[in-house]
Order: sequence, then C-alpha cells, then structure tokens
Amino acid sequence: MYGYAGTILRIDLSSGAIEKQPLDETLAERFIGGRGFVAKLLFDELPRGIDPYDERNLFIAATGPLSGHLVPASGKTHFGTKSPATGGYADSNMGGHFGPALKYAGYDMLIITGCSPVPSYLFIDDDQVEIRPAGNYWGQGALTAEKSLKTDLGEDFQILTIGPAGEQRVRYACLSHDFGRQAGRSGVGAVLGSKRIKAIAVKGTGSLPVFDLKKAFAAGKEAYKKVSAKPGFTEWTPEGTAGITNWVNEVGVFPTRNFKTSFSDHYQAINGKAILKKLKITDKGCYCCPTPCGKYGHTQTRLGNAYVEGPEYETIALFGGNCELKTIEEVAYANYLCDELGVDTISAGAVISWTIECFEKGMLSEREIGRPVRFSDLETVNYLLDKIVAREGIGDLLAEGVKKAAEKVGQGSHAFAIHVKGLEWTGYECRNAPSMMLAYMTADIGAHHSRAWVLGHDMAGAWTNVHDLVSGGGTVERQPPARIRADSARFVIDSQHTRPLFDALGICRLQLMELGFEVENYEALFYFITGKKRSWKEMLGVSERIWNLTRSISAREIKGFGRSWDFPPDRFSTEPIPSGPNEGYFIPKESLDQLLDWYYAERGWDANGLPTRQTLVRLGLEEVADQLTAEGVLTH
Amino acid sequence: MTPTVIHEKCSGCGTCKLACAMENFSAVQPARALLRIEGRFPAPGDYQIHFCDQCGECADNCPVDAIAMEAGVYRVDPDLCTGCMTCVEVCPKGVMVEQPGSELPAKCILCGACAEICPRGAIVMTESMHA
Repeated sequence: MYGYAGTILRIDLSSGAIEKQPLDETLAERFIGGRGFVAKLLFDELPRGIDPYDERNLFIAATGPLSGHLVPASGKTHFGTKSPATGGYADSNMGGHFGPALKYAGYDMLIITGCSPVPSYLFIDDDQVEIRPAGNYWGQGALTAEKSLKTDLGEDFQILTIGPAGEQRVRYACLSHDFGRQAGRSGVGAVLGSKRIKAIAVKGTGSLPVFDLKKAFAAGKEAYKKVSAKPGFTEWTPEGTAGITNWVNEVGVFPTRNFKTSFSDHYQAINGKAILKKLKITDKGCYCCPTPCGKYGHTQTRLGNAYVEGPEYETIALFGGNCELKTIEEVAYANYLCDELGVDTISAGAVISWTIECFEKGMLSEREIGRPVRFSDLETVNYLLDKIVAREGIGDLLAEGVKKAAEKVGQGSHAFAIHVKGLEWTGYECRNAPSMMLAYMTADIGAHHSRAWVLGHDMAGAWTNVHDLVSGGGTVERQPPARIRADSARFVIDSQHTRPLFDALGICRLQLMELGFEVENYEALFYFITGKKRSWKEMLGVSERIWNLTRSISAREIKGFGRSWDFPPDRFSTEPIPSGPNEGYFIPKESLDQLLDWYYAERGWDANGLPTRQTLVRLGLEEVADQLTAEGVLTH
Repeated sequence: MTPTVIHEKCSGCGTCKLACAMENFSAVQPARALLRIEGRFPAPGDYQIHFCDQCGECADNCPVDAIAMEAGVYRVDPDLCTGCMTCVEVCPKGVMVEQPGSELPAKCILCGACAEICPRGAIVMTESMHA
C-alpha cells in the first residue's frame, strides 16, 4: 500500500508477545489513518465498560498516510485510548519527529495492551522490538528521561516519555517528546503509566513506498514554495501560536482568574513579543514543518531557571490568564514544571485556578490545602503541581481533575469547575461566542479547541486572515452581543470535519487553517503518494464517519451519556462576565439547549445527542449501529 | 556551488534530509541523507547543521584511493570502493554516511536539493568563486 508503512505492531505487555500484522487495506480506505484508526480500533477491540486503568485498555499510537512524507508539517502522531479524564473516547496528538520515525521503522500503528510486570520501556530499532526494563529512567522527569535515553541509545532515536505524573496516574498526565512537544490531552500519559511503560524509543531507517515518487517530489517542493509565498508565512511564524495573545484579549475571550472574566490587562507582558524579547533562543519545528510554532528558550525566575519550549498560546492562557502569572518568564517556568513533571499545561492550569477560587471562597481551607494559594503567585503553582504529581494531601484530589474534585468538594464548586465531559477547558472564554461555546460543548474528547475553532463566526472585529490575528497591540473595544444563530451548528460541524481530517492524514492543519494553503494541494499530494484519487469532499465524509464513531464509543462507554454531557459549567450560563470587552454577557441555559437542538438535528442525531441508526447506516457504520442496538445503547 | 549554513536559522524540521534522500536515492528515507541536523537540547537549546565542506579527509584516508575531487566535489568511485568505511570513521562532520541496505558509503555532491527546500533559508548555495 503506497504511502503507508504497511504494518501494525502489537505489543501485549502482560504476556510479552510482540506481533506484526499487515495493515488492512479496507481499514485504510474507510478510516484513512491517525485518528480514524484510533477510533475504529477502540470501537472494535476495547472491552466495554472497563476502567481506563484496566490492563485491557488499549494504548494506540497511529500515524497517517501522509506522515513522514514530503508534505508540509508531516510529523503528527495520534494517540488513542479510553480516557481516564472522561471515561469516554480519547485521543491526543503531537508533533515532533516520533510518528515519522515509527513509519520509517516500518509501522503505521503501535497498539499496546496489557501491563508490564515491572517498569519498562519499549525499544524499536527497525525490525528489532523489545520490552526493556526502565531501571533508573522510572521516576525521572519527562525531559530528563528523554535526555537520558538519547544519551544511552543515540541521537538517532526519537523518544517518547512520561513524567512522574504519568507514573502516578494523574488523570491529565501527558506524553512528552522532543524536549517540548506533548500529546497533552485526555490523560493519555496516565494510561501509559498504568501499563508501567516509561518511554518508547524508536529508530527507523527504512523507506516508505510512494505511488509516483517523481511527481510526489515535484509536488512536495512546489508545496513548500507555495506555503512560503503565503502572506501569513512571515506573519505567523515569528511568534507562533503565542502571536494571538493580543487579539484574544482585545476581543475579550482570554480566560482570566479561573474563567471568572475574559480579559487580562497584563496581556502585553505575556504575549508572543515578550517571548521573543525575553526567552527565545531558536525556532523549533516539527518534522518537515515550514512554519515552526515552537519557540525554544531559557527563562529565569525567583524559583529557578530553565530551558523550555514555549510557552504556546494555550499555556499562556491557562497560566498567564487563568492563574494570572504576570510575566512571560513565570509563565514559561510553569510551562517547564509541567513539561518535566509530565502534566498537560491546560488541565493543570485549570485545576490550579479552580483550587485558588475554592480557597478564596472558603470551600477549601488553608489546612486542607497546606498553605494559602493565590492568583499571580508562582509559588502557588509550584506547590500545587508538586502535590498533584506526588498525589500528596490535596494533590491526590486535584490529580483527579476539576470535575471529580468538584464532586468531592461540593458547596457549589462545580459551577466554576471549567470543563466539559471531565476534560478541562482550553484557552477561549465563550460567554459572548456562542458558536465557539457549541464547539467546546460538542468536541468529542471534552472541552478542547482543536476540533473546531470558530471564533470568527462569533466575534465582531473577527479575523479574516492571519494578519488580523497576529498584528495585535491595537485597541480594546466593547464587543456587541453575539447572536444565537441556527447556522452556528453547520459552521461548527464543518470545522469539526475539516480540522480533525488532518489528524487522520497525519499532518498538521496549520498550513491550511492559518495560512490558507489550498486543499487542492493536499488532494494532489495524497494522490501522488498513495495512488488513490480522493477528493477533499469525499475525505470530509470520512471525517464525518469518524466523528460519529467517536461519539458512539463514548455513548457505549459512559453510562447515561447524551445531552447532559454536552453542557458547560453553570458559570457560563448564569454569571455575566464582570469586566473587559464582553462585560455583562452570558449565554442562558435555554440558548445552550437551542444550540444543541440545532446541532443534533444538523448531525442527524436524536434529541439526546446520540447518532441514529439511519445516520450511522448513511455513513457506512451499520456494524456500529448493530452493536449499539445489541448492547441497548441505541433504541431506535 | 558553495554551501553556506546558517545554524541560527535552522528549526530542526529535517525537510532537507528528506529532500536529499529523494533527490539522490529516489527514496522517502531520510536515514540515507548526506547531511546531519543536530538538536542540542535541553542546553544550549539550538540546532547545528553538519554539512560536507569538501575538506578531503575522506579522500586522504581512503586506503584504495576511491575518493577523488571532480569539479570541486569529492566523489566516491563505486568501482574502486571496498566498503571498508574508513572514510565514515574519519569524517570530521559525520556526514560520510553508511547507507542502509548498501555496502558502500555515500557523501554530499553539492546537488543543492537541501538548500532548495529549506523553508528557513538555513542552507544557501552560491556560485563558487573558483569553480
């Protein structure tokens, strides 16, 4: 099969069995790769209703057909499992160089089941695959362990690690790679830790089959020229994702003080320009990426100094806004702590800000926490991260994430536990952004922005191109109220099909979404590489199939799953924003219900938000409909 | 052609290595690439481009004189090369590359594919003054 490596690598840690099986052509045809493979494998092979830390849970690393090829930003790897954060479908993707190395070693996908009797790491050197004792690597920080393994195995190995957070099963533990790339969301690192796997080291020296190498090479070279010629190329790249910090504040969607408000007046001290001025050493790109978002640098604070990649925008939002750290050096240091400990900066920032608000409201006492905790206080961040990762005292509760922690603390603290489905909310406050609110409510892994980023549909002064996003430093003006619109549903759905399609193809979406690199280029590259003529429109149909499958997995795995799982916390439907460009706005519950009604209808789902048999059959998922019916999930 | 490498512009994406392998070996196989990108992390936190500067160490140390200068570029003569890999061991830049699946080493012939594709302008080819 052109484009693909052609083999699935299966490792059963309990028995030590290592199996290589050919990649099924029908699987590739129906689900493309990456996220599509993850969804199909989880639906078919995950035993229903198991705990995410049950050894029968799957941990999947999947590439796509374009991963490792001469396509702009072909370094994406997708990880899937049953989520310890939500109990439902989980995936999380990461850039860097890991996925291409896996493919050059000969494998499109790695499927890990079971649990190692002792802490171990996986060693993959082309055909040679071994489960090796982790020895002293176990217990090391995620960055430290990567350096140790690189030193011991050689620079040619691409290393994936977990930190102590993964070892301790913190429900938002991440996977780390390339000294600053993470698969951060959904607790994928905790599942690997539960299997007692510290790291995966991969070296691949093989080649990938290409349908028409000459044309693929020519089209690839042309693609780099076209991307470089896009106006956004010179505007986006210098600051990367941090470049939008000004804009999100100026339109008032920047999470601040645990999403209490949506504007931070110190935003120009923690923006992309601050990174360039105070931190940056080098641009740091993922595999074959012409537009490196990564800014690697060095930070100095009163708590310590560190080399760190980032902070990316999301980390700025959750630590600079939500925990209100006032300088870019402090945000970067919090970023470093999370990276070394192996926790997702987004969830960690949300958990810490929630804890501080609980303390301020008297819902958690100084005795329970162990010390006073405050916004704008790096010591607070440092203290709570240490407790969380050690699962000591209050940390054991906070390691469960805001949803479970709020259930324990009670006293109404769930109203400001900012999550959907148990996954903490990312960097966009939506009380005057109903389309983006709907995107968060319906994202399949929980409150995540990368499935659909539709602020342009909501905001006055919205961006029309990347220049509007990164120019910044402009004026902060009061925003008019956004309208609740029926076409939000279609807008969100289209985005939910477009952006995740890149997660199936194994490449980064940025060149299309931020730079406007046209879809025709991807169609041509896909054809020259795989030999399959597939239109973008037809592949979007695959994306819809995947979306319905991931929803079906959560419906099967979570008791009572449906509409009630799609709501944001009460803060967003009852508390007006107290300050900033969107002061006074909130979206009442009935409007949220209305948005869901439109969305479910547009998707062909029932009033409870479950795919109907008719919809599943239309998408070629009859076997899914049959299984859900047999298991009593689908009743019509 | 004379190569110039600007380490500070390199972002470590490795596109140059893939283009090198596609140009010289018609393979999507960066392990065959004839240049190296070294990421120095966590400290000092930068990239170094290791590129053949035609220093001639390989030719000087080849026991069978299989490497010779032609039009400003050292080339390996596959008919003479015995695959002893002495050149690989002595190359000061680590860019005389043992080829996966082949018994012979290979080296950069200044084709320019890496410079053409580099999206950061970190590798630049200029017309040689003394070609």
